[in-house]
Amino acid sequence: MPVVKLQRPKLNFGEKIYFGALLKGFFLTMTHAIKSLRGKSAGADSLASSGLGVTMQFPEQRWDEHLPDYYRGAPTLVTDEQGRERCVSCQLCEFICPPKAIRITPGEIPADDPWAKVEKRPEEFEIDMIRCIYCGMCEEVCPEQAIFLRKDYLITGHNRAAMVHDKKKLYEIGGVRTGLVNKWNELK
Amino acid sequence: MEILILLLKIIALTFVVVLPLVPISVYFERRFCAVIQDRVGPNRTGIPLTLFGFKKDFHFFGLIQPMADGVKLFLKEDFTPAHVRKAFYWLAPVLTVAPALITVCVIPFGSPISFGDYQVNLVIADIDIGPLFIFAVSSLTVYGITLAGWSSNSKYPLIGGIRSSAQMISYEISLGLSIIPVLLYFGELNLGKIVQQQADHGWLLLPLWQDGHLGLPDLQSALFWIPACIAFVIFTVSIFAETNRMPFDFPECETELVGGFHTEYSSMKFALFFMGEYAAMVIGSALVVTLFLGGWSIGFGLDPWIQGLHLGSFQFGGLIHLAAFVVKLLIFILFFILVRWTVPRFRYDQLMKLGWVIFFEAALINVFLAALILAAPHLTSAILAISAVLLVVVTAALIRVAKVSEAKPNILRV
Repeated sequence: MPVVKLQRPKLNFGEKIYFGALLKGFFLTMTHAIKSLRGKSAGADSLASSGLGVTMQFPEQRWDEHLPDYYRGAPTLVTDEQGRERCVSCQLCEFICPPKAIRITPGEIPADDPWAKVEKRPEEFEIDMIRCIYCGMCEEVCPEQAIFLRKDYLITGHNRAAMVHDKKKLYEIGGVRTGLVNKWNELK
Repeated sequence: MEILILLLKIIALTFVVVLPLVPISVYFERRFCAVIQDRVGPNRTGIPLTLFGFKKDFHFFGLIQPMADGVKLFLKEDFTPAHVRKAFYWLAPVLTVAPALITVCVIPFGSPISFGDYQVNLVIADIDIGPLFIFAVSSLTVYGITLAGWSSNSKYPLIGGIRSSAQMISYEISLGLSIIPVLLYFGELNLGKIVQQQADHGWLLLPLWQDGHLGLPDLQSALFWIPACIAFVIFTVSIFAETNRMPFDFPECETELVGGFHTEYSSMKFALFFMGEYAAMVIGSALVVTLFLGGWSIGFGLDPWIQGLHLGSFQFGGLIHLAAFVVKLLIFILFFILVRWTVPRFRYDQLMKLGWVIFFEAALINVFLAALILAAPHLTSAILAISAVLLVVVTAALIRVAKVSEAKPNILRV
């Protein structure tokens, strides 16, 4: 049976008058309003509200403590605990980046360097933060565990040039990351 | 000298008391509905003090938001589409705002203040036909909305305009009829004198004092409380319908009609519609407060004492009463906002049925009931009994006729 036609429910006198329903409605909204003004709305503490309703008032309160572990913020390059910059400018991340935000100029590691066997490192590494979509593909594809997405989301600048993160800035916000696979170390 | 005082009153009462109430009620609307919905509402639009050399901006609790809205609407592109009837298109917003602001002139804002022996009434025009004038002038708002809908030369505004004009004329009947018991009780139409009587003998809905001290009213006034309450309910609901405000805002609802009659309007003309709606809301609240809740009177026997306050020969009690009036007005505006965000919109046929079948009959019966109660001391008990029975019979007959003539829902057999 494809269509079921329903009859409207018969209302008794009290329901037809509608004033009772109106008063219940007023009661509902006023209790909501009073609870919100006292900061006791449902879900206020789990959502870290500012004390009025469930809204977190942004610049004064942030949700940095509540960011989940898998949150994807700005991409950065890391150095490991031996002080080596891990990126070898293989350009895989540049290839896979969907909006083509990454631009790499590969360079050579000179023969007299302690890490000469790695042979390549980036001369220039730029991520245009206006283009970056924070998808995390660069982190997924990197074979050297060199590029990681951190938790900062407030990337701002006064002009387009200021929004391009160059290599120095990327290593600066990336910092040192321990616990990675150091495949270029000498075999014991 | 008279003209100067009149001009001062017009400027002070319209442009300093009523017109600022429009952006204030917009602000309250946004804040109050946010609080009802567990949000915050606009609380950051402040004055950029850092531009003037201070260290931090002060947010003024968002009170600058209506000003920012006004500036935005003023600077928006004022676009007249090519397909509209230009004359009526430009006339319509004016016809919506102007009547609402004209009706300010008969509302008593406070008791008279006096400098020595020169008395100044806080009413712009102390005429003897107060409510009649208000109803006559505010009916012109219907023209504004209908012209807006028709001249826009487009489907949705036309439907919105037609619906709105039908709704407004339907509820004007119950608006006028519901006031009649109040006017019968006070015996006159001068709003200033009505408020003065309420200050002396108790508000219509709260008759708890007489001549400066607390005390219960006599039997007739106590019995009259019932038709007064019915009149209050009918009048308040009709004011909601007149100002196109939820739950009667079918003509401008966004879900059905894009923007209703103001779809094709932009910038300042839209701002005028917006202002007209809120100004009508302010005037409606002012009227309800004046007729039923004592206007500027603070009540409980305090009014004669307040009127006696003076600084030398300047009696300033009227200004305190003005503040009391504005406070009552704000409370009623908050009630308007609460109703808007609580009650879902009525369907159009339900709305029309409410206006023509239910409120019209209820207001009529209320007039006869009030007349009966007021005339009771002057009638012989036989005539009183016969009239009471007749009233009950007529009420029952009306209810039965309304019920029987309801369209029977079809029992559908699948």
